[in-house]
Amino acid sequence: MTGDVPALSTRDLTIRFGGQIAVNAVTCAFHRGTLTAIVGPNGAGKTTYFNLISGQLTPTYGSISLFGKDITRMGAPHRTRLGLGRAFQLINLYPSLTVFENVRLAVQSVAQIRFDFLSIAARDSQVRQQTQHWLDRVKLGPRANLIAAALSHGDQRKLEVAILLALEPQVLMFDEPTAGMSLDEIPTILDLIEEIKQETHKTVLLVEHRMDVVTRLADRIIVLQDGMLIADGAPAEVVALPVVQQAYLGVQQNAAAHGEALQ
Amino acid sequence: MTLAQQGDRRPVRWLSWFVSDDPPGRIPLNIFMLAILLVLAFAPFLFPGTKALGVSARICIFVILVASYDLMLGYTGIVSFAHTMFFGIGAYGVAIMLAKGWVGWGAVVLGATAGAAVAAVIAALIGMLSLRLRAIFFSMITLAIASFAQIVAEQWRNLTGGEDGLTFSVPAILRPSFHLFAKPVLGITVNGPVITYYIAFAVALILFLIMLRVVNSPLGLVLRAIRENEFRVEAMGYQVVAYRTLVCVLSAVMAALAGALMALVLRYNGPDVTLSFSLMIDILLMVVIGGMGSLYGAVIGSIVVVLAEYYLQNVLASISAAIVGMPVMSALFHPDRWLLWLGIIFVLIVTFLPQGIFGRLRSRR
Repeated sequence: MTGDVPALSTRDLTIRFGGQIAVNAVTCAFHRGTLTAIVGPNGAGKTTYFNLISGQLTPTYGSISLFGKDITRMGAPHRTRLGLGRAFQLINLYPSLTVFENVRLAVQSVAQIRFDFLSIAARDSQVRQQTQHWLDRVKLGPRANLIAAALSHGDQRKLEVAILLALEPQVLMFDEPTAGMSLDEIPTILDLIEEIKQETHKTVLLVEHRMDVVTRLADRIIVLQDGMLIADGAPAEVVALPVVQQAYLGVQQNAAAHGEALQ
Repeated sequence: MTLAQQGDRRPVRWLSWFVSDDPPGRIPLNIFMLAILLVLAFAPFLFPGTKALGVSARICIFVILVASYDLMLGYTGIVSFAHTMFFGIGAYGVAIMLAKGWVGWGAVVLGATAGAAVAAVIAALIGMLSLRLRAIFFSMITLAIASFAQIVAEQWRNLTGGEDGLTFSVPAILRPSFHLFAKPVLGITVNGPVITYYIAFAVALILFLIMLRVVNSPLGLVLRAIRENEFRVEAMGYQVVAYRTLVCVLSAVMAALAGALMALVLRYNGPDVTLSFSLMIDILLMVVIGGMGSLYGAVIGSIVVVLAEYYLQNVLASISAAIVGMPVMSALFHPDRWLLWLGIIFVLIVTFLPQGIFGRLRSRR
């Protein structure tokens, strides 16, 4: 039953900025319990594709469905409520709120606390415990009372992931979760993504440049180039394709070097 | 936690409930703010005289007005120039009711309610405008709407009294001739204006505590998040427009109630006292001087600016009298130069205390 309807699918998804076609007729389905990596050179349209799916952009043509429901014309808040969650490539937090408050906003949203303006937020112990739970999960518990802007870059990324987890989405989208992180911080995030994938029936989409990361985590890789879907398959197959070899020649060598450094 | 410990903490927890677990700061600052509260509570007895009473009432009313403006500016990041319009709507609500000959509490309540309702509807429409408008255009439109309101008040003579405004009688209890007690209390005759002051004080205190609750509620957190990163708030499943509209409405209703109080205190209302653009600038100054994004800042800002506006001239007069011999200096400290000195004080505060006076006091740890 669950196998029939993909968690997320796009059909002929296209967006045009003036004369430039950033995403060109991408048709793709993502099934429950899978982790799909989206790779491609810079400017291939990966982040734009993500923006279309999460509702930050409206497509020129094509459609998107979430669990069989058409969400093409739906705003970002509704998509989030239907179970689509996204971590952003650039740090996208509330800089002068505390780490705790950053996550509490997500917990409140899930708990459907939307327009309560007469109770004291800090006295809601259920929300407090839940918030603490997500912070502990990304090992940010001890930093709960710091201002988000005071965190290191790596910790800000972790906070971004904690917010995503706290939204309890069915479909999780990570846009280069390890970008700008120091080498010793990367494993925490990768382990976390692997945990999410293993312990739940969640669907994960991952944009990532580093081939070592991609091959370690993904069940499937799709390749975008100039806005078009040019390859789709199991990691080993896709990596072996000439077109990927060509596009990733430089990147792959770097990735191999990083991979060694990690061990 | 044992029961005994809970028992020990209960009074603190109960007191803290009033300020929504958001006291001004550490103990010295709490004592300082409590002292301000007590001074305002006993102002008619501490500072006798008609002028002092008027100044105290003005402070109470501006606390509401400035705190409600801070809900938008400091907490949600909305820059609106239409706040005086809502103040004026509330004031005209009461003024028109009383000036049309129905002098009674019914007229006051109905006027204030009608003013608040009209303010709420207009604020909801303005809030929805922010749906597709970038911040700067939104501000410009609020400016245009506020100017329009001022023109309407000046031109619709048979309703608003035009530029002359409306002078009216207030209910008997609030008139100077009414004496609550036969004999003076602590040397002060408790007459109508004193009672009016206490109404303004009580309403200001209650509305302030309500606003403090709002900013510490789950909704208050969403408002601050909108100020920080609107885009992310949407991605968390919140409809930003709904929150913007809500805060505009709430803030407008508070401003209208402040306006209603102003009309009762002055027993007069006109475009200059409740609708002028210079009043809008005063509000902005009070928010910035007190400290944006902390409601207690509204209290400090209102006190500093209102006192400066009323007493700086007297201070300058005594200074210039003391240095009457010095050629340039005595001219510089002439009482007529008070606006110059007010300006210098503002520039100094904004330059050296960018987080405002209260913001500075609170961050001193």
